[in-house]
This record gives sequence, structure tokens and C-alpha cells, in this order.
Amino acid sequence: MSDDLEALKTETDAALAAATDLRAWDAIRVAVLGRNGTLTGLLRDLGKTPPEQRRERGAALNRLKDALNDAIEARKSVLEDAALDARLAHERIDPTLPPRPRPSGLIHPISRTIEEISAIFGAMGCTVVEGPDVESDWHNFSALNIPSHHPARADQDTFYLPAQGDMPPPVLRTQTSPVQIRTMLTQPPPIRVIVTGRTYRADHDATHSPMFHQCEGLIIDRDLNLGHLKGCLTDFLRSFFGINDLPVRFRSSYFPFTEPSMEVDIGWNRRTGDLGRGGDWLEILGSGMVHPRVLANCGIDPREWQGFAWGMGVERVTMLKHGMTDLRPFYESDLRWLRHYGFNPLAPTMLHEGV
Amino acid sequence: MKFTLSWLKTHLDTDASLDTITDTLTGIGLELEGVENRGAALAPFRIAHVIEAVQHPNADRLRACKVDAGNGTVSVVCGAPNARTGMKAVFAAPGALIPGTGVTLKVGEIRGVQSAGMLLSAREMGLGDDHAGIVDLPADAPIGVSYASWAGLDDPVIEISVTPNRGDCFSVRGVARDLAAAGLGTLKPFQPARVPAAFDGGPRWSIDWAEACPWILGRTIRGVKNSPSPRWLQDRLISIGLRPINALVDVTNFFTFDLGRPLHVFDVAKLSGDVLTLCRGAGETMRALNGKDYTLTDEDCAICDAAGVQSIAGVIGGEATGCDETTTTVFVECALFDPVRISVTGRRHQIVSDARQRFERGLDAALMPDAIEAATALIQELCGGEAGTVTEAGAEPNWRRDATMRFARISGLGGADVPADDAVASLERLGFAVRARDEAGVTVAVPSWRNDVAAPILLDQSPDLNPTVAATAAAGCATIEPECDLIEEVLRLRGLDSVPPVSLPSRVPVPAATLMPHQVRAAVARRTLAAQGLAECVTFSFMAAADAAPFGATPEQLRLTNPIAADLDQLRPTPVATLAMAAQRNATRGYADVGLFEIGPAFALDAKNGQRAVAAGVRAGSTPRSWAEAQRGVDALDAKGDLWAALTAIGMPLDALSVTADAPGFYHPGRSGTVRQGPKTVIGTFGELHPRVLSKLDHPGPMVAFELFLDAVPEPKRRRKSAPDLSAFQPVRRDFAFLADTAVAADAVLRAARGAERTLIAAVTLFDVYEGDKLPEGKKSLGIEVTFQPRDKSLTDAEIEAAGQKVIAAVAKATGAMLR
Repeated sequence: MSDDLEALKTETDAALAAATDLRAWDAIRVAVLGRNGTLTGLLRDLGKTPPEQRRERGAALNRLKDALNDAIEARKSVLEDAALDARLAHERIDPTLPPRPRPSGLIHPISRTIEEISAIFGAMGCTVVEGPDVESDWHNFSALNIPSHHPARADQDTFYLPAQGDMPPPVLRTQTSPVQIRTMLTQPPPIRVIVTGRTYRADHDATHSPMFHQCEGLIIDRDLNLGHLKGCLTDFLRSFFGINDLPVRFRSSYFPFTEPSMEVDIGWNRRTGDLGRGGDWLEILGSGMVHPRVLANCGIDPREWQGFAWGMGVERVTMLKHGMTDLRPFYESDLRWLRHYGFNPLAPTMLHEGV
Repeated sequence: MKFTLSWLKTHLDTDASLDTITDTLTGIGLELEGVENRGAALAPFRIAHVIEAVQHPNADRLRACKVDAGNGTVSVVCGAPNARTGMKAVFAAPGALIPGTGVTLKVGEIRGVQSAGMLLSAREMGLGDDHAGIVDLPADAPIGVSYASWAGLDDPVIEISVTPNRGDCFSVRGVARDLAAAGLGTLKPFQPARVPAAFDGGPRWSIDWAEACPWILGRTIRGVKNSPSPRWLQDRLISIGLRPINALVDVTNFFTFDLGRPLHVFDVAKLSGDVLTLCRGAGETMRALNGKDYTLTDEDCAICDAAGVQSIAGVIGGEATGCDETTTTVFVECALFDPVRISVTGRRHQIVSDARQRFERGLDAALMPDAIEAATALIQELCGGEAGTVTEAGAEPNWRRDATMRFARISGLGGADVPADDAVASLERLGFAVRARDEAGVTVAVPSWRNDVAAPILLDQSPDLNPTVAATAAAGCATIEPECDLIEEVLRLRGLDSVPPVSLPSRVPVPAATLMPHQVRAAVARRTLAAQGLAECVTFSFMAAADAAPFGATPEQLRLTNPIAADLDQLRPTPVATLAMAAQRNATRGYADVGLFEIGPAFALDAKNGQRAVAAGVRAGSTPRSWAEAQRGVDALDAKGDLWAALTAIGMPLDALSVTADAPGFYHPGRSGTVRQGPKTVIGTFGELHPRVLSKLDHPGPMVAFELFLDAVPEPKRRRKSAPDLSAFQPVRRDFAFLADTAVAADAVLRAARGAERTLIAAVTLFDVYEGDKLPEGKKSLGIEVTFQPRDKSLTDAEIEAAGQKVIAAVAKATGAMLR
């Protein structure tokens, strides 16, 4: 490279190095590569070069042009980065500031439990059915083999509404079982349903609320027996509590609407409240083979169809699952309690995510 | 039902342990409620002879004793002031845990004298508060014998809960029979000897109301001396929580529990005339043995003498003719009463008695003659006297009936493979007698005490059933029910653990949806409302009628006739009512800013089945206080936002809705709205709560609320969606400001603009609302942004201008608003 070209390169490099902002850098670029720039001038003057040197000088000028272009662009990049760094050095937020408030609400534990129960029995082919809170005496009692004088009626503290005409007074349903009756009257067997909802009994203390929730199931088919009842409820309890080897015990009992009837206990530790181990038994639900009279009251021939039913307290299983000790706050709507025990609405119960 | 182990063993010959007995009780359906076993803690303590008690050589207040507890003489240092030579005391050897102190004894040396045990006070044994000195036993107390057993404290008290069908197990004998049948020993025979009659006389029965009392026996015993019962009888009664009264009364209480056979004793000297008549009550008032007065109705069965009512049959006896220490002639009543009438009478008068409890579950009719003999014998044993003839009225009803069981049904219904011989043996141990048996099944006679097996079938079939269907079902029940009863007995005695669990077989590999569409909508609404920041609540369906009234109709038909408390008597007209109260309670606790919702019933007479499913919510107080956003009070449009979010989520097309300014009266009349689909269907309401409602709630406000009537939302149509219209051309947005009368609804302007050129206008949004000084009185300015979406080519300025003019014209036509 001839000296003048060498000098231009050296000069330009030095100027670029001295440029500390983009304005200075742009002046250099214009001075070298601009319309009246030094390199532009040299290129223009190439025609004046003797022909025998022209080829060599042309090549040298082109190399110089590439080198200068690269140097100028490289410097631009450096200066831009520096300028950005300088700007960012002044752009600061306090990253510890709390974010803008977003709404976050909660699902009540009762709803959550009902969802979980529905998901598990749904996997066994049950659908969810519902019925009214205000029931006729027949649906709530008589059809379920609880005649008016039956001692079981005295055990249930029933809320009554004023009688209309000659009919017995309507009641607030004491159990979800009347929906079994409604189902059998409207849906021919085979039947697989669960019922969830509000139930009412005139009882109010630390362990009883005048309103509470039950979940009830009814399975009717031609050949389902007490072994299926045991299997179905054992499968449910182990899934619901998430304990694969949860001890489950069935013992004889009595309900007017089932025969044989059974109480179902699960194993737990009475002292610590831990489920699954501990050698103690805790009563958790009632069950039995549907009583022939209940089937017959709904027009189903017990010679042809049989099945089983069960019922449990939603609050009770919720308290056990989550280690809650007091029933009353379920209905008090205390925001602090709801925040403590409530569930994320966007993480609903789904079997494939785990109940 | 309570009894002691030793009482049980008077009927049951068994060497089973207490734990085996209690576990078996629970397993066979006689659920154990508890065992009280005071003897267990006292087991190490023995009766000892204090051979010598002398002053401790080195301590003023201590005595050095030589004690013999049956295993030679040991040295014991004792601090009790009453320790003396020759006394009988209770001795605890080293290693024993002292219940009163919780300390385990060790051999020690107290000031130079060895002490290898302890003489105990009552308090140290956990038997009361007496700590004045050591227990001083009678001189004849046997040395070396367990103190607990000598004192009768080692008899565990067992309490079981008896289910309503098992009246026979309201007796020690019935429990013993079940345990024997379950394999825990043998039932001892009960065959009381007949007490010969020494005379013929005394009161006679007369039955005027045979439905209430089919059969009754009585017997007079004269020359009795009524005094306190002997210790064994008193101990029995005390152990199960009864108070001994006198021998005659105690005998009746004893048989109530021993045989499940309530008896009553009349003092003959206090009766008028010599006929006792069973008849309907007639408004008479009687003072009962509990000291209370009862007025009988004609549905109560009374036992009357010439002077009037002396007993409420089967429920409680009268004070006037009761037995006391002056009684010399007693008349024993042993009756069979109609269970339903007893139950109704007991409930009507709110009398809970051991007699009622047994009568209303039904009694063993065949036991009556034996029971009156046993009672006579015991009365004579305790009180002396001579017995008259047994007098009776009515006759033993025919309780005999058979039941048949097909062996295949034990597995078919019960899921257990039980050999036929085992099944029959179980029934026989329970007292069923085989009448016929073949390969397929067995027919048994039901014992007199099991009125729950093969009982008369009472159906209450739905009146809507087809008569043929109803008759077939009833016939099926008559066949199946007695069989079910027997299968239950067989399974019960074997324990249900013997039934192998079988998972429910699937009917289809992948079940169909568990929820119906309307249930899914409720679930989606629930999640959506919670995602809006509202906390889900569950509040009571009932509330005080006065609190409910501001929120809607409170008809008497929806008011409980027996509320548990005055503030829980009215079925709520809307969940907004109970939610508003919940918001108020939170405010009282210091949490004024809340958002709550609930999905639950609202009760109204015009609703199907008297209720509607409502998703309702309230917000109270202010938005969250934050550095980033200004805080403001909640307003009606916050509630509308919640409602809109829920409606959107459940698939309600918002374009189909209109909002009218006629919300229910609990809202602020000017700051609320009713959401309708068409003119008739009300989908929801929203708004600020009326200031009067807030002041009744004692809430400072603001509070807003919404209701979404889930039942009113139509089933969404499941249509395939059409292909989306994704134009390749840029949309054009233009702003327009309209000057409108203040009464013009913003929605009317938006709808008019949207309708001006349907194919071209993709969206219209309201970005500004202004009312104020710069505008003429009665006018407001509405700023809207209209998005024009060209479809096949870019719009020219002229086309945009023309479309804009159409918007202006349409808005002007619909609302009278002019472009500013």
C-alpha cells in the first residue's frame, strides 16, 4: 500500500479512537466516506493514475475502502453500546416494589371437596344429580322407609315449613337421599349417580351445624353385590385421601333405607389426627345395599335390580383431609379463614393432574 | 345401652377377653361406645395386714410398718396419721404405678428405714379426694386379695349403641345371645321356675283399646317389705347410671335392662277399685314419677283405676300409685303395647324413658309369662310376701312367621361365599329354627324377639307409578326382603371383613361427562368469579326474617315453623342478603375491603321447587391501596364487571342482552341495572346497595352486589364455529365525539354505531364520557372509537369518510346525539 493510503488508514483509525460520541463518529465517517471525503476523493482520482499503476492502485484502494468501512462500523457499534450503557445506567426501577394489585380469589373448601368427590366417582361412571332443598315429607322420609313413627325420624332433628292444605308439612331435607328417590323415579336402572348438596338438621354446636353438606351415591344394577360396595368405597377413600393403603373397615349397622347396612371406618391415629396409621378407627360414612322397600317404593322390582348407596358429610371429610379442627368457620365467611383454606380457582380438580 | 362385664356373664358363659368382647360387639353391629374399667388401674393393689406400725426412729411424722400382703412381711414407711398396728389396708408393691400421683414405686430408704411399698389413700388410687389417711378396710378383708375385685371395682362397664332395628339388644340377655351366636361362648338357659300362687285376688285388667294394648299380664304379691335393695342389685343399677330407689322399683329397672322387659309396679293400697283399665286418654292430668304433670290426649293409652289415670302406658307411671317403703301389697304389670302409639305418645309429651325406648322398638311377646315369673321370684327373694295368681287381659298376638333364604343369594347379594351349613348354623345360634331345608335354600321360623326380621311389609309407593309396575315391585319386595334380613344376619355374625372387596366394573372404558351442562356452567362461573378476585363463601340458606325482608319477599310459607334460633327462620330471598351480612362481619373484624361470592339457592314461591340457583357476589369498601394505582371505592360497574365476566365465561352471548334500570329494591334505584335476554327473561342484576339497606346492616358502604340466575341462562347451542374472518387488510380506527342528552344510554350510542355498517365495522368502544361546565346544561359527551375492517381491499379516504358519515347519521337517528 502506498504511503498516502497507509497514512489515511492510520489517521482515520486515530480519529475513530478519539471519537467518543456518535456525532464525532459521524463527522469522521463523512470526512472519509462522504461525497467529499478523502477516500471518495482518492477513488475519484484513480482515473488520473497512470494506466500501468491503475490496476494495482485500484485494488489497494478497494482494500482500503473495506478496511475503513469495517473500522468505522466497528467503532459505531462500540459507541452505540457505550451510549446504551450510559442511558441504562440512569434507567432504574426498584425491583423490590410490589407489583400492581391483581385480583386473586378463592374456591371454598366445600366446593373443592365436592369437585374431588365428583371427579373420583365420575371416573367410576357416576353422574352428578341434584334436588331441591325444600322437600316433601314423602321424598325425605316415607319413600326411604322411614314412616312417620320410625325412631330414626326422632333421631333427625328436622326443620319444618308450614303445611299447605292436607299434605304433611314440607321439610328442609335432612339428607341428600331424597334425590335418590327422585332419580329412581325418573331414570330407569342401571343407575350410577352421586348427589351433593345442602342438608339441614336442627343441631348447632362445635361439631354440628344447622346447615351442612352431604354427598351421597346410588348404584343400581342387576348383579352388583356388597363386595362391589366395599370395593367402590375403598377405592374412593384411598383416592380421596391420597393414601394407597388406607385401612378401611366395614361394620354392620342399621339405616332404614339399606339392608344390610354398614358403617365405614378408616384407620387413623386418634392422638395426632394422622390418617392411615395409628391403629384407631374413625367412622367416615354410612352405606348399605339399597333396601327392597326403597326400590319397591320407586317401582323397581327388587327381584330384578339391586345395588348400593352411601352417604357422607362433605365438611367432615374436608376437615379430615386438611386437618381442620372446627366446623363453624366453614359458614362464617371470615376472609382470613377463606384465604388460609381456600383453593386456587385456576387449579381445579382434574384426575390427570391428581386429585 | 350400658351393662357390666359380670352382668353379661350372668347370661353368657364365655372366657373371651374384654377386648375380644368389645371388638366383636362393634363387628356385629352393636357398636361399642366406650368401656369404663376402673379396675384396670387398681390391678396391682392388694389387701394387706399391718402387722406392726411404730414410730419412725428418725422422723416425728412417719411410721415404720411391717406389712403382710400375702407374700411375707415387708417394711414400709408410711406418713399417714391413721396407720396403726393390726389394721387392714391397701398395699402397693414396688413397680406399681400409683394412679393418683402418676409415680411408679421403687424400693427406697427413708431416713434409715427401708420402704418396700406403699399403703394407699383413696386419692392415691384415683378413687376420690380423700387423702386424710390411708384406706382403712374392715377387719375381715382377706389378706393378699386384689383390692379392686374385693371392692367390686374390677367390673368393666360396657356401653354400646343399639340401632333402632335391634330392640332385642336393649337387654343384657339380647347382647349375650348375639355374642354367643358370633362364637363368643354359650348363652345360659333362662327358664324361671313358676312361682306357685298362694291366693287368687288383687287388681284385674280390662282392655278398652285393644289396638294399643293387645295383651297384658299382672300379678299381686302381698305381705312384702319394701326396703333398699341388696348391694349386688344396687351396684348393678349404679354401674349403669341408674339410681336405686327401693327394692320393688329396682326390680322393675333390673328386668328392663336384664331382659329388655319393662315392668311397672303399683302400690295396691293406693289404687281405687280393683280394675285397671287400658283406655284412651280423655284430657286428664296425671303427675308422673318424674314429678311432672302430663295431660293425656285420646291418642295416648292410659291405665286408669276408679279414681282416674294412674299411668301413661309403656311410657311412665304415676306418682300417686307408685311403690315406696310403706308398700305392703304390690301389683306387677307386664304388658305388650303398640310400638307406634308408644313412640307417638313419648314424642308428644317429650318423655324419654327406658320403658318407652324398649316398647317403641317392639318387645318379645313370648317372654311375658317367664318375665312375670322371674319378677315375682326376685320380689319374693328381696321383699318376701306371697304371690297371687297371674291375671291377664287380651291374648298373646300371633308373632310366628317364617323366612326363606336361597343360599346362592348370600354371594349374589352379600358378595361372600358362605357354606350353607355355616349359614344355617349362624341362624340357629341366633334362635331361628329350621323348618325346611333343601339344596337351594332354607326356611326358618323367626324367633319371638326378632321383630326386625321378616316384618310386615309397609310400602309407601309413589302415587305416580303405573299400577302394574307398582304391584310387581311390591311382590318383589315381599320375596326379597325376608331373604335380605337373613343374609344380613349371616354376614353380620361372620363380620363384613369376610366379604372380599371388588372394584366397580366399568360399563364403558371412558365414562361420559360427570356433570350436566348446567352443572358445568355453575362450575365455570365459580372459577371465573374466584378469578375476578372474589372469595367463595358458603352462607346459611336461612336468616332472620327481619334481616331478609329488605332483600326481597319473605313469605310465611318459606319460614321455618321450628327454627333453631330466631335469627335463622326465613329461607333467604337471595344469597346477596347473607353475603352482605358476611361483608359486614368482616368489616367489624377490621377487614372492610372484601369481595365475596356464593353459588347457592335463593328461595321464592314462584320458582320451580321453590328455589333458584344463583351466583351472587358482593364487593365492599375500596379497591386495594397501592403505590401504583389510586384507591377508589367500589362502584356498581365493578359488580357489573363481575357479572359480565361470569356471563362471558359461561358462554352467554353478551350482544343478546339488554340492561334496564329496574333492579330490585335492595339496590340504589339510580345506580343499578337488570340484565335481560328479551323482554321476559331476567338473567341477572347488579348495582350499588340501597343506602337504607346499608344502614340496616350497619355497614358504612360502599357495597355493591350482583346476582346471576343460573337457571335462566339458556343451554348453549353446540354449533360448529364458522371459519374465522382474518382480513389481510389493516383496520382503520376513527374517533367520534357525540354530544347527547344526559338521559341517552351509552349502550344505545354504541349499538347504533355498530349497526351503521355491519360488514365494515368490526368494533366500537367507548373511550370517554364527559359531563361538565364546558357542555350545555343537560348534555354529555361520549367519545367512541370505531374500527373499520376492510375485507377485500384497502379503504380510500372517501370510503372512510362515507362510513364515518353513516356512523354519525345512525347515532343521531337512534339517540339524537350530534357530532361535537
